[in-house]
Amino acid sequence: MTSTNPVILSLRGIGKTYGTITVLQGVDLDIRAGEVIALLGENGAGKSTLSGIIAGSREPSTGAMTLDGQPYAPASPRQAIDTGVALIHQELKLLPHLTIAENVFVGRWPMKGGKIDRAAMVRRAEEQLQRLGLMIPATRQVEGLSTAQQQLVEIAKALALKARVLILDEPTASLGGAETDLLFAQIDKLRSEGVGIIYISHRLEEIRRIANRIVVLRDGQKVAEFDRGDVPVRQVVEAMVGRSLERMFPTIPAPKGGVMLSVRNLTGANGAFRNVSFDVREGEILGIAGLMGAGRTELVRAITGADPIASGEVRLGGQPLALRSPADAISRGIVMVPEDRKLQGLIVEHSIGENLGYANTDRVAAKGWITGRGLASFADASIRRFGVKGRAEQPASALSGGNQQKVVIAKWLARNPRVVVLDEPTRGIDVGARSSIYDIIVELAASGVAVIVVSSDLEEVLGVSNRILVLSHGNQAGILDRSEATDVRVMELATS
Amino acid sequence: MEDVASARRGAAGIPRLFSLKGATGPLIGLILLCLFLSFTSDRFLSTRNFLNILDQVTVLGIMAVGMTFVILIGGIDLAVGSVLALAMMVMGYLANELGLPMAAAILVALVASAGTGVVSGFLITTFRVPAFIATLAMMSVARGLANMITDGQQIVGFPDWFNDLASIRHGGFLTVTVALAILVFLAAYLFLRYRSAGRMLYAVGGSNEVARLAGIDVRLVTIAVYAASAVCAGLAGIVLASRLDSVQPSSGLGYELDTIAAVVIGGTSLTGGSGGIPGTLIGVLIIGVLRNGLNLLNVSPFVQQIVIGIVIAIAVAAETYRNRK
Repeated sequence: MTSTNPVILSLRGIGKTYGTITVLQGVDLDIRAGEVIALLGENGAGKSTLSGIIAGSREPSTGAMTLDGQPYAPASPRQAIDTGVALIHQELKLLPHLTIAENVFVGRWPMKGGKIDRAAMVRRAEEQLQRLGLMIPATRQVEGLSTAQQQLVEIAKALALKARVLILDEPTASLGGAETDLLFAQIDKLRSEGVGIIYISHRLEEIRRIANRIVVLRDGQKVAEFDRGDVPVRQVVEAMVGRSLERMFPTIPAPKGGVMLSVRNLTGANGAFRNVSFDVREGEILGIAGLMGAGRTELVRAITGADPIASGEVRLGGQPLALRSPADAISRGIVMVPEDRKLQGLIVEHSIGENLGYANTDRVAAKGWITGRGLASFADASIRRFGVKGRAEQPASALSGGNQQKVVIAKWLARNPRVVVLDEPTRGIDVGARSSIYDIIVELAASGVAVIVVSSDLEEVLGVSNRILVLSHGNQAGILDRSEATDVRVMELATS
Repeated sequence: MEDVASARRGAAGIPRLFSLKGATGPLIGLILLCLFLSFTSDRFLSTRNFLNILDQVTVLGIMAVGMTFVILIGGIDLAVGSVLALAMMVMGYLANELGLPMAAAILVALVASAGTGVVSGFLITTFRVPAFIATLAMMSVARGLANMITDGQQIVGFPDWFNDLASIRHGGFLTVTVALAILVFLAAYLFLRYRSAGRMLYAVGGSNEVARLAGIDVRLVTIAVYAASAVCAGLAGIVLASRLDSVQPSSGLGYELDTIAAVVIGGTSLTGGSGGIPGTLIGVLIIGVLRNGLNLLNVSPFVQQIVIGIVIAIAVAAETYRNRK
């Protein structure tokens, strides 16, 4: 339906090599006005390299691009933006203490008589905000806006610069369902206005809803192209991983033991959640679902001692706990794999071995003495057990997202914990690595650990949980058994 | 399988032993500097001059050890110069005015120093005052206290054995103060490298939140580190008193900057989480050798300041450049 629209941006034979390593090879791609192209691929498939080349932050080693038929070779992101091509990053790059209008026009302030024309700046920023259906004054500070709103401000910024090609890199990674809907409505609107959009995401369900075309990259090459968005997920995944998938989720065992963790009327000190009560049995996997801002992360952070509790009780094996710090929780055998791998889970500049060691100093160091050999043998054991593709002395930054996550998990499992909480365990992780994370989760449950999995990915919560606790605006909306849980049922509760 | 892995590790073990973790650049700089001075000054290359340099860098060296801890956790300590003066004055006052035994006076001086560090640490952790400001405040307070003790006057004349600590070279080469500095370096090296508490400093500096979630008591670590830095500054003050045979409240003015410079030249990152004692040792020696060499070459003290400024800039720029590659 869009194949008749004019081509805005055209890529021919784009390749990129670093020394002897080829990360991208011979990619052809046409972006037409008014279409959304989903760019898919596992981590390391070349998606970010390709989008970086289009947006001017990287130079291609081979190939050429044309924009409106003219040669297009941006030397910097700024040049790309000036010619109408903008990349919206996964990690938002807004200045929190400035207003929305200032953010939209930073570096390109509208001038009048040698001064910044503040009135024009605010007016023009608000035009773009309205275009995106964002009804907030442009004079408001960015700090305190929701992630979805910030995302839209980023898009407004690109639109104010008259972008005709927008690259959205995992725009929904931190959005809840309602916010995703809002974003999609705006993307639809932009599409109808003739903007060409490249949409990068790991969430295949979204792609079905939003994309006109799907392009799949694998090992730096374009391996598949579908002329419609509603391609069966399995077909897309198979193209991404290059093998046929037997299953997405492992079989979830039924819990055998008694109640391990018991939470009663728990209320967070910051008011993010109220009166939450649930039990997790030995060997049980409890999923926690809810929209962004429903209090999921705050709830599990309170259970693991990372955030203070206002009232309520947490019992472990019948014993009431007083958790004042993560150290308290860890000493009782309650551990957490946090939401943000790079900011909370790992020190990416430090080696894998050191990262594993920080949480296990008492195991690694006999009487407080750490030797290189002791650390290495400890790290090697963990690396082998969890199939991390890396060596103990490598910096964690050298690993892919999936392997980094395995390191974060591995650092806790060496302690034989009784309760393991995983917050967004597969965020930003490619499909292939996801299933090995699921295998680890199931293995943990099978060994009698009580597991809590928080996820924004509905399919994931449904796939790995024995029961699902649904939060809505900080309140407990319900607990569903695996047998009665469907995506519709969970969403009903989450939006109640 | 096992054997292959351990053989590989064994082979990598030798170079690792000599690995200075980012301090190789400064080490090359130090060697080049020594070579240059050997050719340009006939007095540089001698045991005697070498021992002089060691004597001259003891104060800076001991302070730099504490500063390394602080910078490793991503902090900064501007108070060390003032704390050095405070320790000197407390010791001098207790020993000469109140007649306490030297050993007791030294002990109290070190405890007082530790107190200033604990206060800075509390300000930083409990009251969330940025380290720069907290230690800037402590710099002013400690200097004021040092002045108050004698109303700005100096105290002269300590027991002979106390002066001998810095002047008599046992076995012809080692003064007690130099031996003390070497011990401090060695202990700090072993602590950072082989003690789990030492490794925690790297974790805290790498990321406060990761460290906290890993069960490390970040608050306690931070307070202890500022206390350690202050004790090092106090110890450096005692060494300085022994070298000068006098104490005065204006001692150590601007020492914090030399100390920070030595640590940074040695490759410890101001953002925290990387660096260490071998680098700091090299940084201290670079500053010491540079001062000594420039004096031997009769370079004016004003020009010396310029040269040292340039060296700091080059050292950090070179390190950043290497990391970018």
